[in-house]
This record gives sequence, C-alpha cells and structure tokens, in this order.
Amino acid sequence: MTVLHITNLSATVAGKPILKGLSLAIGAGEIHAIMGPNGAGKSTLSYVLGGRPGYEVTSGSVTLTSPLPFRGGDGGGVSPVRPRFDDSPHPNPSPEGEGLNIDLLALAPHERAALGLFLGFQYPVEIPGVSFVQFLRESLNSQRKARGEAPLSGGEFLKLAREKAALLKLDMEMLKRPVNVGFSGGEKKRAEMVQMGILDPAFAVLDETDSGLDIDALRVVGDGINAIMRRPDKAVLLITHYQRLLDYVRPDFVHILSAGRIVKTGGPELAHRLEAEGYEAVAA
Amino acid sequence: MTALALPTRRDEDFRYADLEALAPLWPVLVETIEVAAGGSGALTIVASADAPVRSLSITLGAGAAFDLRILNAGLAYGRIALSVRLDDGADFTLGAAQLGSASETLEIVTTVTHGAPNATSRQTVRSVLAGHATGTYLGKVAVARGADGTDAAQSVRAMLLDRTATANAKPELEIFADDVKCAHGCAVGELDAQALFYMASRGVPPAQAKRLMLQAFIAEAFVGAADEDALTAAALERLETLV
Ligand SMILES: Nc1ncnc2c1ncn2[C@@H]1O[C@H](COP(=O)(O)OP(=O)(O)O)[C@@H](O)[C@H]1O
Ligand SMILES: [Mg+2]
Repeated sequence: MTVLHITNLSATVAGKPILKGLSLAIGAGEIHAIMGPNGAGKSTLSYVLGGRPGYEVTSGSVTLTSPLPFRGGDGGGVSPVRPRFDDSPHPNPSPEGEGLNIDLLALAPHERAALGLFLGFQYPVEIPGVSFVQFLRESLNSQRKARGEAPLSGGEFLKLAREKAALLKLDMEMLKRPVNVGFSGGEKKRAEMVQMGILDPAFAVLDETDSGLDIDALRVVGDGINAIMRRPDKAVLLITHYQRLLDYVRPDFVHILSAGRIVKTGGPELAHRLEAEGYEAVAA
Repeated sequence: MTALALPTRRDEDFRYADLEALAPLWPVLVETIEVAAGGSGALTIVASADAPVRSLSITLGAGAAFDLRILNAGLAYGRIALSVRLDDGADFTLGAAQLGSASETLEIVTTVTHGAPNATSRQTVRSVLAGHATGTYLGKVAVARGADGTDAAQSVRAMLLDRTATANAKPELEIFADDVKCAHGCAVGELDAQALFYMASRGVPPAQAKRLMLQAFIAEAFVGAADEDALTAAALERLETLV
C-alpha cells in the first residue's frame, strides 16, 4: 500500500519556483531518506506537504493513504480521490482499493495532522507562555476529535507524555515549560520526537532532525524514530544532510533532491557515496 | 482639577476617547481610595455596562501597597482613568487587559505620581483588538523632586487580530529626581504566523491556536492576582467571541 504519493509537484515561495516537478511514492513500512545540497528545496517540500501558508503549489498532486478515520474540519468528511499511478518511480506500486486515498493538498494543515501527517521542523518554533503539556494535549485531543475519538483526560495525557519523554530521554519537567523557549538546539529536536511519539502519526516528514544533536543524542533520537515509526502501517520521509543518522535509522531508499526535483534514487549505499564523493559528483 | 466641561480631543487624556459615548456620562464621579501608611489593598475591576466610564483616585501612604487588576472588555465604550499618588516606599501594581472587537473603544489612562522616595510601581497592560476596535493606553509616570530610589515600570503590549483594529500606546515619563529606575516597553504586533503554523501542523485548529497564544499573552496582566483564575476565565470567555 502506498502511504504517500507525490506526483509531478511544483511549488513557489514568494513567487519563486522552488519545487519543479517532484515525484515520489512512499510505501507502507518504508523509510525514505532525502538528501541534497543547501537550498535544494528539502524544507520547502516538507512545508508544502504540511500546508504552510505562502508555499504555493502550482501543479501536481499529493495523495495520502491514511489508515486513520477522519471527519474533516466541518464534520462533513473528506471525499476519497483515486490515486494516480503514473510516471513516478515507485519501487513498490500499491494495489488499488486499499485504505482511503485523500487529496492532501485540499486540506488545511490541522486536518492533515489529524489524518496522521507529522512534520518534524528543522527549526522548531518557540511559543512563549504556552506550555508543552498544554499545547500537546490540545494537539492530540484536537486530532482525536477530528477522527471521532474521545479526548484523553489530563491524567491519561500526562501518563502518555511521561512515557514518550522517557523514550527520548527528555526530562518530563521540560515539558512543563513554554514550547521550545530556552531549549538548546538538541533539546528542541528531542522534543520534536517526543511530540511525534505522543501524536503517533501514520506518516512523518522529519526535516534535519539530526542537526544540532551530539553523538549520544543522535542515537537516542534514532532509536526513538525506530520505536515510534518502524511499523508495517507507517512510513517516514527523513530529510538529512548526513549519513550518520542513517546508521541508526536504516532507510529503504535514498533520494537526492537537487534544484527542486529528485535527480537520483538508490539504496542506503547512495548515502555512503554522497558522504564520500559529494552531491555534485554523485548527482551528475 | 475638576473639569466639568466635556473634554475635547485637545485634552491629551481624551485624545482617543469616544466623546459621543462620554457626553451623557459626563461629569464622571471620581472614586477615591486611600490606603493608610503600612496598609494594603486590592481591587478588581471588570468593566460593565452599569459603569462603563470610571475615574479612580488612589492615594497610598508610606509603605502601603495596592494591587489593581482590570478587565476592560465587552463594552462599546469602556474607559478607566487612574490617578495614583505614592508616598515613601509605597508599592502600586496595575495589571490590565483590554479585549475589543467590532467598533469598540477601550481605554486606560493613568497618572502615577511618585511623590516621595523609594516607591515602586508596575503597570502591565495587554490589549487584544479585532475588527475595527480601538485600544488605548496613556500612562504618565511622574517622579517628584527628591523622590530618589523610585522604581517604575510600564509594560504595554497590544495584539492586533485584524489590520483594521487600532492600538494607541503612550507611556510617558516626567522625572524630577536623580536616582530613579524607570523602564518602559511598548509594542504593537500580530500573532506569530510561524507559531500558528507550528500549532496547526500538530493538529490544533486555527481559532484554538490563536486562543492559546492570546491566553498566554493576557495572562501576563493577571499573573499574581488574588483572583487570577476567575479573571483569566472571564477573559477567556471574551476571547472566544474575538477569534
Ligand atoms: N520564505 C522564503 N522566501 C523566499 N525564498 C525562500 C523562502 N524559503 C525558502 N526560500 C528559498 O527556497 C529555496 C529552497 O529552500 P529550502 O527548501 O529551505 O532548502 P533546503 O531545505 O533544501 O536547504 C532556497 O533558495 C531558499 O532561499
Ligand atoms: Mg532545510
């Protein structure tokens, strides 16, 4: 089953074309890594998938097949669209008829989250005055509401949060502080993964989650990603600059993104070649 | 000064007032509060249609303390004017939130006079303005000759939810002493778009995300109040109608 199907996606930021016909299909149970030079459009891809205002899709489609039930913001439901299996280089084409295929780009950001999409930010945002606990309970219960599930009580939520904080070796006390305020770069990334653990998404796009982490933290985060996301019904798109994280989170496929499109796809060995030879040599 | 004639726009304290709304209420009775030396007091004002325009004169004796909290919201016109006089070592706290929508005009006008040495005053004003609302804070801190050791702070911030809303903020200092510490900060802004997207990406719907951020913003005015929870709840209820 395909979890995410990106077809010929083009997008502009502030009127400037950044993504230029990007195609990618990610199957259930798979972990894909995207590597590429600075400015290639990696973060832009993650923001477009998340629906960030100002990131305008000019052509193409993104279809998400979610195992999660979803009622949409107005309770009216989202109509399934047929996935388009055309020219994308999918290694494991999905049989039709499994899951519910949803036009991701037609949804508001919070609706995408309720469907099971999680965005790990390259630069997690600080929110003064709002505690992580308050924010994440609101996040989880908003998602649950959109899916027609009962909200978690304060006690149930804290138990879950404590469990996920322990998984990522983040002091629970830190979750009582305002969101990301005063956190070091590494703590912010760890907190991103705690959030992912709590929200338990079906599909995660992790944008340079490894940057800012020391060696020990990298292992903890890598183990966390595996524990939370390595499941037959989930999938991950891992954006990274470095081979290191991929030693812990073994990708099934490695793609090189350059100038707004996927220019090369391979297995884990491609990441090693990149590390040794550089983007220019490998992508040429 | 007892000005019985209706003020005009040329009166600095009434520059942004809704004079039409003010006319039938004029002249406004001045309520006086006196706290004797060493004493303390507290007052919470939640603006109401019964008394939309109020004027308070507060006198604090040596070493006296007074804590005033204001929720100015839900009125077409709401005005609270304060004149506070501090004696030696007295301490005054003002925490105020103004929440306006439609074409509401809300204002807080203060004059805090440090009449003797070593008095402290803290004023925190947070305004959230939607639609065509106008929120104003005019705050004068006057430090009398010889009032050394004065410590006066004004923190004034406004959040505009729509470009059509207006915030006026004018903290003012009049200092005739040497050894004083006066800090004032004043900012008008909009909700952080990055934070809103971050919250949305976690599943929080836009209105709820705005409320969470605004709640934190307003909380700065009510922190430490005796009835902090009740004030926060009342402010939240009002917020629901703004976003
Ligand atoms: N808000 C923005 N306004 C204008 N240009 C932007 C904006 N965000 C990103 N860009 C441009 O888009 C290109 C791709 O950026 P980005 O997706 O962040 O790259 P990457 O994550 O691969 O380093 C860069 O040239 C960058 O300058
Ligand atoms: Mg980037």
